[in-house]
Amino acid sequence: MSKLAELTVVEAVELLTKGEIKAVDLVEACLANIDRHQDLNAFITVVNESALRAAQESDLRRAKGQARSVIDGIPYAIKDSFCTKDVLTTAGSKMLNDFVPPFDAEVVTRLNDAGAILIGKTNLDQFGHGSSTENSHYGPSKNPFDKERVPGGSSGGSAVAVAADMCLFAIGEDTGGSIRQPASFTNITGLKVTYGRVSRYGSIAYASSLDTIGPMTKTVADAALIMKIIAGVDEKDATSAHSPVDDYQKEISQPNKKLKIGLPQEFFAEGVDPQVKQAVLNVATKLKESGYTLVDISIPVLSQSLACYYIIAWAETSSNLARYDGIHYGHSTLKNEDEVHSLYDVYAKSRAAGFSTETKRRIMLGTYVLSAGYFDAYYKKALKVRTAIVNGFNEAFSQVDVILAPVSPILPFKFGVKSDPLQMYLADILTTPINPAGIPSLALPAGFVEHEGVSLPVGMQIMGPQFSESNLLNLGHFWQSIDKTHKIKAKI
Amino acid sequence: MKDSPKLSKKDVEHVAILARLALTDEEVTKFTSELDQALQMAAALNDVNTNNLAETAHVTGLTNVMRADKTASQLTVEESLANAPSQDSKYFKVPKIL
Repeated sequence: MSKLAELTVVEAVELLTKGEIKAVDLVEACLANIDRHQDLNAFITVVNESALRAAQESDLRRAKGQARSVIDGIPYAIKDSFCTKDVLTTAGSKMLNDFVPPFDAEVVTRLNDAGAILIGKTNLDQFGHGSSTENSHYGPSKNPFDKERVPGGSSGGSAVAVAADMCLFAIGEDTGGSIRQPASFTNITGLKVTYGRVSRYGSIAYASSLDTIGPMTKTVADAALIMKIIAGVDEKDATSAHSPVDDYQKEISQPNKKLKIGLPQEFFAEGVDPQVKQAVLNVATKLKESGYTLVDISIPVLSQSLACYYIIAWAETSSNLARYDGIHYGHSTLKNEDEVHSLYDVYAKSRAAGFSTETKRRIMLGTYVLSAGYFDAYYKKALKVRTAIVNGFNEAFSQVDVILAPVSPILPFKFGVKSDPLQMYLADILTTPINPAGIPSLALPAGFVEHEGVSLPVGMQIMGPQFSESNLLNLGHFWQSIDKTHKIKAKI
Repeated sequence: MKDSPKLSKKDVEHVAILARLALTDEEVTKFTSELDQALQMAAALNDVNTNNLAETAHVTGLTNVMRADKTASQLTVEESLANAPSQDSKYFKVPKIL
């Protein structure tokens, strides 16, 4: 039975359409895997009953020929940083330990309207603050390929849920690599979209000018299908993009071998694990053999992108998280009369008790770089460097159509080894340059390498200019048609 | 930035007040060195010449996004207050401020 959970979305859609399987069977198969792999700690909340009920309704609709969309009946998981009406939404934090939103995020509304079935809310580094899920109030998720290693983060729970077949696809959120790096660590596909391509309404904010929402899937073809449903302008998110949404499935049907692929030297520089580098260069060689043109390029400003990203992310998160005041919702010391003597106490003590050390660290850094006397030197300077990053990518895309690079400079690492916060920040060095430029990047499996006696996945990312998701998906889909790395599952 | 004096405990305590975080003494000590290291990393920005560059706060070029001034469905008072730690009939309740 749980074999059904191994289906891709595209495969399951075909079987549902032909009437060979039922949504109820899919949901039951996923729930069985969730139950079986509880030790991976992929979920914070599982909504068994409502998922089964929704599946029965979906089957009835299909029987009457009234399926809402092709994905009617497909079970999905979503990062617990998206508001779900009447379902606990924690953002991985103690702060939102008992927060039950009165509304759905736009991406949830769109998926539910299409008949997709929410199966549960996945684990994450709280408020997106981390690259390993070790900063979750609910304990870390584990990497199915080696349970002693992290699955990446912050959308680590979503990645594990897809990799271990606990859902057919998941939704993640990427501010500086939070979809791509966990996808890379768990051998799945994840798309970081162009800023504004998918509505952020109801996504609990980390850094508003960098946050993006996208699919985490077993294949590129699945990502193309899900994108068609979730992308597009939304009146409730004023920053959502007005440009038309491509028919991504159609766009991937024929490989476009005219795409020129750039290999930026900064992404293959010292500090990138030689095994990781080699795995991605092997892919480049095979693409060349398949008829694509490779071009060596350089984007010098990438070396300073990490600093630019973090200053902006710290600043925006300190501002966004100011909303947690102990008054409207979230953890509060308001009723603790021994401790709270003033309004200031409500704010400062509720926040001190509700946020983790890492979240406090980022709020402190953000508050510092925005404070009088330091604003120009740090924040304003970062916004100017952001312009240099945008220009750097624009220049690169005048020479090539897409850029190919590793996702993470390192292989999935063991729990606890990055306890120094700076070391953890450096793990994001290849993913963070993309978000300040607002461009899309598709992460997908490149290969496996042997390391310390285990076989670990290596991910690559394909980047393009804003709104070029079709090109990224086209190339990624071609790769998955000639290479089967993405089909390798963890032996769990 | 690179030559800026190291953060003092007093600086950290000041920022904690601005950030409305009641930090413990241990946290203040810990953050004093950690924040300093993080800011040293951030100093890499000085390696980029930005003399002729404007600031970028938003990347997709949207300006003046408007919508019709129409009422739409909204949360009820009960829904809005449902997650409040302390409330008094129709209001969020806070300690006396005057």
